[in-house]
Amino acid sequence: MTEWFDFLVTPFHYDYMLRAIWVSAWIGGVCGLLSAFVTLKGWSLMGDALSHAVVPGVALAYILGLPFALGAFVAGLLAAGTMAFIKAKTRIREDATIGIVFTAYFALGLLLISLFPARVDLKVILLGNILGISDPDIRQVLIISLITMVVLALKWKDLMLFCFDPGQARAIGLPAGGLQVVLLALLSAMAVAALQAVGACLVVAMLVTPGATAYLLTDRFGKMLWLSAIIGVVTSLAGAYASYFFNGATGGCIVTLQTLVFLAAFLFAPKHGMIASRRRIRCAATPSQS
Amino acid sequence: MISNSTPSAPLPRLDVEGVSVAYANGHLALHDTSFQLQGGTICALVGVNGSGKSTLFKSIMGLVKPEAGNVMINGLPIRDVLKQHLVAYVPQAEEVDWQFPVSVWDVAMMGRYGSMNFLRIPRAQDKAKVEESLRRVSMWEFKDRQIGELSGGQKKRVFLARALAQEARVILLDEPFTGVDVKTEEAIIALLRDLRSEGCIILVSTHNLGSVPEFCDQVVLINRTVLAYGPTSEVFTEQNLAAAFGGVLRQFHFEQSTIQEHDGRKIRILTDDERPLIFGKDGHLEYKDRGEHEELLKQRSEEHD
Repeated sequence: MTEWFDFLVTPFHYDYMLRAIWVSAWIGGVCGLLSAFVTLKGWSLMGDALSHAVVPGVALAYILGLPFALGAFVAGLLAAGTMAFIKAKTRIREDATIGIVFTAYFALGLLLISLFPARVDLKVILLGNILGISDPDIRQVLIISLITMVVLALKWKDLMLFCFDPGQARAIGLPAGGLQVVLLALLSAMAVAALQAVGACLVVAMLVTPGATAYLLTDRFGKMLWLSAIIGVVTSLAGAYASYFFNGATGGCIVTLQTLVFLAAFLFAPKHGMIASRRRIRCAATPSQS
Repeated sequence: MISNSTPSAPLPRLDVEGVSVAYANGHLALHDTSFQLQGGTICALVGVNGSGKSTLFKSIMGLVKPEAGNVMINGLPIRDVLKQHLVAYVPQAEEVDWQFPVSVWDVAMMGRYGSMNFLRIPRAQDKAKVEESLRRVSMWEFKDRQIGELSGGQKKRVFLARALAQEARVILLDEPFTGVDVKTEEAIIALLRDLRSEGCIILVSTHNLGSVPEFCDQVVLINRTVLAYGPTSEVFTEQNLAAAFGGVLRQFHFEQSTIQEHDGRKIRILTDDERPLIFGKDGHLEYKDRGEHEELLKQRSEEHD
């Protein structure tokens, strides 16, 4: 018995593991909060695009020795701006615009990385490296997610209205354009933070799956917010912990866990789950006895 | 009559002055559009699809910036009065994400955001106003429902309640009667009449030409510009409607022979969306060409023999 217990607590003996676990949990929670807005606004593809579009910014920042968050943030906003510009000025549809722009930025990033292989590690950017994260990087991640959390805590109602009905937001005098920029900025910021935890390839899962799961579980936005935050925290914490036993694929562990939680909600959610809707259909089909 | 029910707030005034709006591709959605409305009116906005009705709504809400001209409310440019949240918009059913996780109460409360503090924490007066608004549209008992779980008419009433909670003085309704049962339609019209007597400007875009003379005292006919506007009795004429709709309007001209003899009167029906079902005396179906129809019936019965 004690052997098992010793085995299970081994990750906690390592400083780097403890750090990875709580940093992941913190990132996962804030990403979870944001994912509620992303899924409802229909910006999942946008999240994916931004998480890839920040790569040249990260690469350039490492090459120049600047804070990676700064480079990523600028690149993310530039990419969002490019997409908005192309969409407004041409007849090309939004999905095609997103496809063109994010691959262009990502390709530029790959090019930069291959030009300066000594400064940046492609694998770290693509797959994340929360186990080997440096102290300055942790500081940046914490600052980014702290700002995101404060903004969301103060302005979640305005952002909710913006997601639900931007026209009404504008009509009652809220700066709808400003809210859009704020949400995009938060999205780029958290894409950068999540990149540290799970890597560019899996960032979109952190920014979508918890929100989508919570959406299946509730019909109230407030409840959806804290549910998705909790899902984010728990899956990231458990995923980082489990990755010790899987030799370091932190991103893979976290996202697999998130997918499992989503699948559970998809099947068993009390109202919007598949089993519940099946039962409703059956009940509707058979004439009631009462 | 108006002097008896003196409205608490001053009467609003809406001036649309030479407004031109261009699409991104450079085509004009609206050209030199002008009209004025004073508080205490229900005005119909009538025109074909693509005539610029929604663009006009968007410019009144300050969502699009006109290339030329101005939208003024109470003599001030729209951008300056947005903060006073005087304009409310009741959207078409298709524009709303009905699966969004908000309740009836939440939606009505959104009308109050403009007058709440920075954190949008509702005060007692906000809650009271929301309750009053929901009760006024008979939606109070549904306040905890998710909005997707409502009928078409109830959905419409929730957004009307939001406009009431906002205490808007200019209310824009986009196709308020589509997907709405007759009872709700009557209830909405009664509410709009009340709002008119409270001094609001109510602008209703509608396909439902038949109901326009019934509750709208003014009409704005548009097709990329204002074709005519003014009191319904003067503007809502057959010539004007023909000009506004061109060939789009279905016209049913009943010849003497097509109306059953004993009815004796001429009927004309105009509609631009769906083919109307017309019943004559004693509930007999009327056809556009009764002679042809009876010919067909005779032919069919012969084929069967």
